[in-house]
This record gives sequence, C-alpha cells and structure tokens, in this order.
Amino acid sequence: MSLLVRRTGPLATVQDRGRAGLAHLGVPRAGPLDAPAAALANRLVGNDADAAVVEVTFGGLELRTDAGLWVAVTGAVVPVQVDRRPRGHARAAWVPAGATLRLGTPATGVRSYVAVAGGVAVAPVLGSRSTDTLAWVGPPRLEEGVVLPVGSSTGPPAPHDTPRPPRPGPLRLHPGPRADWFAPGTLAALCRAPYVVGEASDRVGMRLEGPRLERVRDGELPSEGMVLGAVQVPPSGLPVVLLADHPPTGGYPVPAVVEEDDLWRCAQLRPGDEVWFTPA
Amino acid sequence: MQLRAFGPRALLAEVADARAAVALGAWARAARLDVAEVVPAAGTVLFDGVRDAEALRVALAAWDGAAPAVQRAPVEVPVTYDGADLGFVAERWGTDVDGVVARHTATTFVSAFCGFAPGFAYLTGLDDALAVPRLDSPRARVPAGSVALAGAWCGVYPTASPGGWRILGRTSVALWDPARGEPALLAPGTPVRFVRA
Repeated sequence: MSLLVRRTGPLATVQDRGRAGLAHLGVPRAGPLDAPAAALANRLVGNDADAAVVEVTFGGLELRTDAGLWVAVTGAVVPVQVDRRPRGHARAAWVPAGATLRLGTPATGVRSYVAVAGGVAVAPVLGSRSTDTLAWVGPPRLEEGVVLPVGSSTGPPAPHDTPRPPRPGPLRLHPGPRADWFAPGTLAALCRAPYVVGEASDRVGMRLEGPRLERVRDGELPSEGMVLGAVQVPPSGLPVVLLADHPPTGGYPVPAVVEEDDLWRCAQLRPGDEVWFTPA
Repeated sequence: MQLRAFGPRALLAEVADARAAVALGAWARAARLDVAEVVPAAGTVLFDGVRDAEALRVALAAWDGAAPAVQRAPVEVPVTYDGADLGFVAERWGTDVDGVVARHTATTFVSAFCGFAPGFAYLTGLDDALAVPRLDSPRARVPAGSVALAGAWCGVYPTASPGGWRILGRTSVALWDPARGEPALLAPGTPVRFVRA
C-alpha cells in the first residue's frame, strides 16, 4: 500500500515522535511542531502514538492512494477533499483506492497533519522517521512524484475524539539558566509587552520582534546544551524560541523556557501574529 | 559543580572545563540516570527529560569528578595535510608547516562534545597557547573531511558546510554515518590521534 505525492505545498515532511537520546551526537530531536495535533490525527485513524504522519506547512498537499484507507487531517484547519468532495477536519475519512486527498490553504494557523491508517512507513533513520530540517537527518522533505509506503493498519478508526480545548492567552514562561546575563526582571520584561512573530521563523525556532532584552554581561557564552522551548537571546536582544529542529547546543544565553504544553501554539503562529508571555 | 534549572524538565550542571564535562557526561551515562538526554558541552552537562529533579540532584552529588575507567585505544584519523590555512597556523605557532603537522600528530585529542552538525566533534588536547582565531568571514563551503582548528579546538567537518575554522588538511574517513551502529566516529569521550595519510 502506498501514497503518491502529487503536490507538496510550501513544505511537507514526515514526522513521528522524533529522535530522542542523540543530542550528544549533535542530532536535533525533530518531531511534529504541533505534537497534540499529530497525536490526535493518529488516534482518529486507529494508529498508535509512534506512527509517522505528514506535517504540511500552509496546506497544498495532494496524495493519491493505490488502496482504500482511512485518513485524518488535524492541526491548522484546511479544506479537505477526497476526489473533490469535501470531508471534515479532525475526523476519519475513507479514501478509496485510486482517489486523491487534497488539502486547501488554511485561513488561520500554519501546520496541518495528515495521518493514514498504518502510518507512513518510510525507512527509519536512527530510530525515527522524522525529517530534521536543520541537518537533514531522516527522510528528505516530500517532493512531487515521490511514493510513500504505508504500514499495516493496527486498529479501527475512532469515530470521534475529544477536541483540543482552546488555550487562549499568553505562553507560559519558566526560568532559564542564564537570567543572570540580563538586567534584573528580564522574565517580567518579556511578559510586559507583546512580541510579533518574525518572517524567518521555521521548524528550528520562532523568531520574535519587539522589546530588546538588555544584557548586563559582555562576551560569549561557551556552547551549552539547549532544550525544547528555550528562549535564546542573541546579541541583537531579540528572543528566539527554540522548536523541534533546534541545534542541540547553542552559544546564546537563555533567560526563560516556554512551557512544553504551550509549544504547539508556536507551530500555528504566523509571521506578524502577536505573542504574549506570562510567568508560569 | 553548580546546578541550574533549565525550565521544569532539565538541569544544567556547570563544571570546571570541557574535560570535566566529558567526564561527568560519561559518568552519568554509566550510572544510567533517569533522564532522556545527557549533553556535554564546553563547560556544562545538560540533563534533559528529567522526571525527578530532586533525585537527580542527589545522584549527581555522588560524582567524585572522575570519568569511568574505560581505556580505549585512540581512533586514528589519517590526514592529508594540504589545508589552505596551514601557513597561517604555522605563523601563529612560530613554526613551519612541518612543525604544525608534527605538533598536530603528536597530540592525543579527546572528543569533548558534538555540536554544529551531527557528528561534528569538538576535540580538546591542544594547549590554550596554540589557540587560533576563526576566519573573519566564514567560507561558504568547507568540504566534508576537512580537519580544522578554531581557538584551541580541533574539529573534522562530517559533511560539507559553511565554516570559519582554519583548515589544516583533509581525511577520507567517514565521521558520520547514520547507518552505522555508532553513527558518530568521534562521540564524546573518544580519544583521537591524527596521523599522516
């Protein structure tokens, strides 16, 4: 059973839960930026949580299947069609053999997730099927004409699932290890005014524009390990929130860390969107 | 050792230097601490995916500063010394090209940590007095296998990439191969000797 990629949109990659335990070799963790949406897509088609899905950036994906299978599209809400007939968002849909699944463009949000029953079964690299876009460990990004193998289905599709409760409001911040590189009250300063998501944001990091954080120490921080959600502050004073493909080590001080449960929202913020922070 | 909270699920241990970091990292791996990642770096070890920070603090207090006694023969990396920056390094070191090669091949390096790219190891062993500055503007493309210096670090580029390190030569050894059981040839803690190809 396989899927033919007919269109990819701006960027489509295969993602499973990522490559844990290899940061000391310089390998980014990867994995879906909106992990709860990817997990929901898997549950809807009866997959276990380790199955690989397709992460679609700004819609535009088209897949043709050579055998009937269940699919589900979650994350950023896009028009979903099977052979030009509309299908729902965040629910299992049957795609007959030879039919084409088509994702439109999201009106809001950035990243949508396509799960297929059985999971995308490209060959794992270092124990994961995730594509890391920093060092390109893992399968290459999807290209037109590529055929993706599909695994054997393990369970029946779920008729419905608990929708994700909306969590509006600011992203919660925990203290980071290098608050002492900044003026006192830096966490409060981050929370005082909104930031705006920058154009250059990607799977490596969400770049922010807004109030510059003032350093009280000069010089370079020797490289140290980085965590998911670390708020790194380069000499410009403009923070970057590290996301799934972040380098495992970095040389910019980290005064704060975004709560992991809030990180999925970074996956769905567009350049120009406003971001507020609050102490956790 | 000072421990700093790095968000709710990670601890950063600050130690004296890169050698202490690689020792603590090796000790922590051998002790099978309950963490997802142990990431040594220039003067720190990051413990990420920590479920019980208090238990980890207690476990780390038992570290006596030593690395587990695993004596390994150094990995030998054959090098063709024809790099673009050999002359520059020779001048900085107050010697000639043969002097640079002699010094480089006489040093036993240790992989302190990996970063920058998968399998790119930061190798310690050179005297701080031999530190060399990086290029003011990085080269757009440094070929895979380039053996280079920056500060007192030595490194070998696993894949072609932009880079600002001073290039001494090149090796044909595969530094990084995801299909291997040990994908990084120079994982942290690995001793390394360079030899003339």
